[in-house]
Amino acid sequence: MTSPAPLLRFDGVICRFGEVTAVGGVTCDIAPGCFAALVGASGSGKSTLLKTVNTLVQPTTGRVLFAGEDVSDLKPARLRRRVGYVFQGIGLFPHFSVAENIAIGPRLTGETLPPERIAELLDLVELDAAMGTRMPDELSGGQRQRVGVARALAGEPELLIMDEPFGALDPITRDALGRKVRELHERLGLTTVMVTHDMAEALLLADRVLVMDRGQLVADETPRALLAGAGGDVAQGLVAVPRQQAERLAALEVSGEASR
Amino acid sequence: MGDIWDILPGLGDKLAAHVVLSASAIGLAMLIALPMAVWASRSKTVSRVALSLASLVQTIPALALLALFFPLLLSLRSVFGEGLPTLGFLPALMALTLYALLPILRNAVTAQANLDPEILEAADGVGMTKWQKLVLVEAPLSAPFIMAGIRTASVWTIGAATLATTIGQPSLGDPIFAGLQTQNWALVLAGCLASAGLALAADNLLWVIEVGLARRKRWMTFGGIAVVALGILAALWAQGAGSSEERRIVIASKQFSEQYILAQLIGARLEAAGYAVEYRDGLGSAVVHSAVASSSIDISVDYTGTIWTNYLNRSDNPGREAMYETIREWEWRENGVKVLGRLGFENAYAFAMREDRARELGVASLTDLAAVAPRLTVGGDPEFFERPEWIAVKDAYSLNFARNRNFAPTFMYNALQSGEADVISAYTSDGRIAADRLVVLADPKGALPSYDAMLMLSPRIAADEGVIAALEPLIGAISVEAMREANLAVDREDAQKMTPKGAAAGLADKAGL
Repeated sequence: MTSPAPLLRFDGVICRFGEVTAVGGVTCDIAPGCFAALVGASGSGKSTLLKTVNTLVQPTTGRVLFAGEDVSDLKPARLRRRVGYVFQGIGLFPHFSVAENIAIGPRLTGETLPPERIAELLDLVELDAAMGTRMPDELSGGQRQRVGVARALAGEPELLIMDEPFGALDPITRDALGRKVRELHERLGLTTVMVTHDMAEALLLADRVLVMDRGQLVADETPRALLAGAGGDVAQGLVAVPRQQAERLAALEVSGEASR
Repeated sequence: MGDIWDILPGLGDKLAAHVVLSASAIGLAMLIALPMAVWASRSKTVSRVALSLASLVQTIPALALLALFFPLLLSLRSVFGEGLPTLGFLPALMALTLYALLPILRNAVTAQANLDPEILEAADGVGMTKWQKLVLVEAPLSAPFIMAGIRTASVWTIGAATLATTIGQPSLGDPIFAGLQTQNWALVLAGCLASAGLALAADNLLWVIEVGLARRKRWMTFGGIAVVALGILAALWAQGAGSSEERRIVIASKQFSEQYILAQLIGARLEAAGYAVEYRDGLGSAVVHSAVASSSIDISVDYTGTIWTNYLNRSDNPGREAMYETIREWEWRENGVKVLGRLGFENAYAFAMREDRARELGVASLTDLAAVAPRLTVGGDPEFFERPEWIAVKDAYSLNFARNRNFAPTFMYNALQSGEADVISAYTSDGRIAADRLVVLADPKGALPSYDAMLMLSPRIAADEGVIAALEPLIGAISVEAMREANLAVDREDAQKMTPKGAAAGLADKAGL
């Protein structure tokens, strides 16, 4: 199989913080158009690896190439405009309105987003255009994260990176927003890398699941292959959780009693 | 106290000076503290050093901090030349600025440290440069807390600015210090009310700005800023209207009634001779001599004993005439200060007792006092027990009291009346010696040096024949009795109480001038 030139390449990335090695040598390519999920337990190094993409973290050794260029050679402001970033904390600026929050990325490079474009971005995340004048503290958690996604998309990025984007949301909002993001990924032709500790979410949304354990990449499979038993012990340990939950739910439906 | 309402309207120029001084100090402190806070937020070491230094400054009493800038600026004259002002606005501004730094710096540093880390991550995540992050995120989110620090600094500064009087900067401290010395409580209260009112007004206006920033209400923020700016502009305008270009003759007075009266007496004579004069009342005793030597002020009345011990650093007592001649020669040679002559009275340290108490104990001289001292309490002004005169007397007569107590000069006499002190360090020209029927104890061993009042002229006017002609009649013209009477007129608390100006006129009549 001949793969197209990767949009993102991790080349022997090692990140150390003092004595601690968070990422212990990761090499991997992400092809354009791919929706990759980076899964692992807390402390496995997945968030650190993700942050090397938009240079919020500098690798101790190794390189990260974005469209063939070393990200450390690119101006951070330029790079971060081409790489949309969504994270669990959302980080909406409390002193800016929703519209001002969405338009901040382009504004930093001297561009003013027209109101139509802001309305279009709000529409993408299924928010009413009238929301633009609200302040962040007037929104619900789910609405805030939708604004966070709209802000990440405002600069028409080629790559979307997400760090536990739905971690703080209730299950219904979380499911709806996950589907929405997958749909936008298709519609806008994005390449997406999502960090999550929830294997079910990864299996349901991603084309490709990368499993990290103690700073190492230990599995790189499609969701189908993982469900078929590929990927090794750590990956299968993570897959076992949603699978058993599904089985118990199914049993409950049949017998009226859960097997515990 | 109905006179307060008569005094307040006359404080306009002091208020304007107070506003200009305080606003300048706070503005300058902001210019220093805010960039420093940004730097401190990027470096733990800078943060620690800056905050420690600012805290250290706070531990220095404001009065001392103000006074310390005088010798500092004086020594800097060797670098910046003789034009560098050593009294007045510049040192007051510098001291108050240092004082205002801490609250602004501390609040700004704390505000930055408490910013939500997720918002800072988002700022990096959307691609802000450090500068954009500062301007677009850190500054607006810290602004309400920084404003709270500026409010604290403003209230402190407006309060501390009253002390600028002691280094010759006009402020609302002028009526307070003048009132305290002459026991004119209406004057003290008027000054306190005006400065407290100003502090409250500033606090409330800045509160409006702070709330405007916190709630993102632009009309409140800009409205508050506009009113503050208008107030400062009005003060500047009022000050500009009141000042003229031509240099006046500046007459100093230290912080006691006699000095206020003599300054008025000198001023009246110079005005009669056609000179424009200006008074710097209530100066710290320590700064007056150097201020005359550096021509920051032009005329002062100083005392032989003070100069002898504090500036010639002598502890011997060669006798009254020799001491005066030595000082006169030394002032001219070393400082270019012309000692025009002695006014004719002494304001020496002396030990005084109530007449009845002295009779009861059989004390008429310091020798007698030594025998009963172990049963008695001695009262002195705050510096007395550190002074060489006290040590000289103590050693000469082997004085050993049961207790030493410090009193403000004004209250020393009350303490004697109420029995809280049995004997006090009085001043020989004090009107209360006669009024309270006190006896001054004889000094048979001559341990106390003489304190002849001398008229001192700064190098700038040392050769001004007009000034000399106007003041020469004062030499030898003022007897200790006349001075006591004038001092009593100002210090008394009954209906016959007079202002220093009124007492000066009476003194002039008495002296036949």
